[in-house]
Order: sequence, then C-alpha cells, then structure tokens
Amino acid sequence: MMLQYLALAAILFAIGVFGVLTRRNAVGILMSLELMFNAANINLVTFNKYIGPDNLTGQIFATFIIAVAAAEAVVGLAIVLLLYRNWRGIDVDRINIMKW
Amino acid sequence: METEVSQTIFYLLSFIIIISAIYVVTLKNIFHSALFLILTLFAVAGIYVMLHAEFLAAVQVLIYVGAVSVLIIFAIMLTTQLTSRQIKQSNEQVTLGIFVCAGFLLVSLGSLSKTVWRIVDRPLPENNPLAMGKMLMNEYVLPFEVVSIVLLAALIGAIVLARKEGA
Repeated sequence: MMLQYLALAAILFAIGVFGVLTRRNAVGILMSLELMFNAANINLVTFNKYIGPDNLTGQIFATFIIAVAAAEAVVGLAIVLLLYRNWRGIDVDRINIMKW
Repeated sequence: METEVSQTIFYLLSFIIIISAIYVVTLKNIFHSALFLILTLFAVAGIYVMLHAEFLAAVQVLIYVGAVSVLIIFAIMLTTQLTSRQIKQSNEQVTLGIFVCAGFLLVSLGSLSKTVWRIVDRPLPENNPLAMGKMLMNEYVLPFEVVSIVLLAALIGAIVLARKEGA
C-alpha cells in the first residue's frame, strides 16, 4: 500500500512541474508550486507511517513545510501585486528587465 | 489493517487529486483553476486522514483550504481581468514540459518499484496531537522558533512590498 501513496505523490509532483514550466500567469505558477509542496508532504507522512512509526518526525516536518509554504505564498503574491501595479500584467514572459 | 473499503477510498481520492491537479495546470480561466486547487488540497487532507495524520489533515484544511486559497483568489481578483477575452495561459514550452514530466515520472516510479523498503508494521503513537506537541516543545523547539521568525519576516516583507509608494 505504501507504493501507491508514493506513486500518487510522484504523479502530483510531475503535474506541478508541468504547471511551473508551462504557465504564463505568475499566480498560476504559484498554484503549481502549492501542488508540489503537497506532493512532498504526502511523501513525508507516508514514510512516517510505514518506515518510522515510532515517533512523529515526518508529520512534524510536514507541519513546518505547510508553515513555510504559507509564508512563501504571502511574499509571492505580494510580489505579484507589485508587478501588476508597475506593468499592468503578470505574464512572466513579459517581465524581462533583468535580461540585457 | 488495510481493508477493501480503505483501498476504494484511496483510489477515489487519488482520482480526484490527479484529475483536479491536471485541471489546475491546464485550464484557461485562472479563477477556475484556483477552485480546482481547493478541491485538490481538500482531497490531500483526506489522504492525510487515511495515513492516520488527523492533526495534519485539520491543519491542511485550516491553512491551505482556508487561508492560502483565499489569498490566491484575492490575488487573482486584484490582478487579472476575468471578464476580458480568453488570454493564452500557457507558453510555447508545452511539448517540452510534457517530455520533462514524463521523464521525471518514469525515473521516479522506476526507482520506487526497484527499491527494497524496510516496512515497519507498527501503529503510530496514540493521541497524535499530544505527541506532536510534546515533540515540538522538546526536540524540535529550535526549528519551531525559526519557523515563527520566518512567518514574521514574511508578514513584514509582504506589507513592505505591497504598500503604495510614499504612503
């Protein structure tokens, strides 16, 4: 049964990678990142249950990941708002001022 | 003890997760993909319940389904003209992206099936949130404090970034 959970996490992570690679909208990229965080969390909780069930280390690290993901979403969306204010658009292929 | 019922529930949840995750990354309307993201996160909470991580499932529903998705929907409403014409939402790397994902999936699933796992067949500690709280306050007190500083820094950073110039 453990392999099914890990396979589900791998598929979810691959979908997230696809979203990060192909989305033009910056908010869409952030949503795909959330999918990848969730895949990592499923992996941690699965290993906690099947490999090391004597304590709850995996679940504690999953909680930390959720907290860091919330912080990342807050800062990322603030940056997106700033971009929209200065560019009138949040398509990441149009934001290229750091290129020369 | 794995029963038929839990197998069925697992396959149902994974079906929901995979289908709605595909919708999240492919739909043209970004608002609809945010709604499918909420569905995905909810089903992931169901997966946590099946893995006996009930506290984590509650945290997932509170933080992801409650807070992060509302934040994302706010950002979409503040930045995108939803009523305007359907803008192309994906760039020209779609074929390349499919190849990269398929390669990643092949490698990871292959190594998953080849690895010999040492599965320990013992139940998790009883009284899950109590044990987690004790561990957070004993062994993991330093990461706990660091996470709180990270959250504070993110809070201040978001306010500084998003306020109007000169205000």
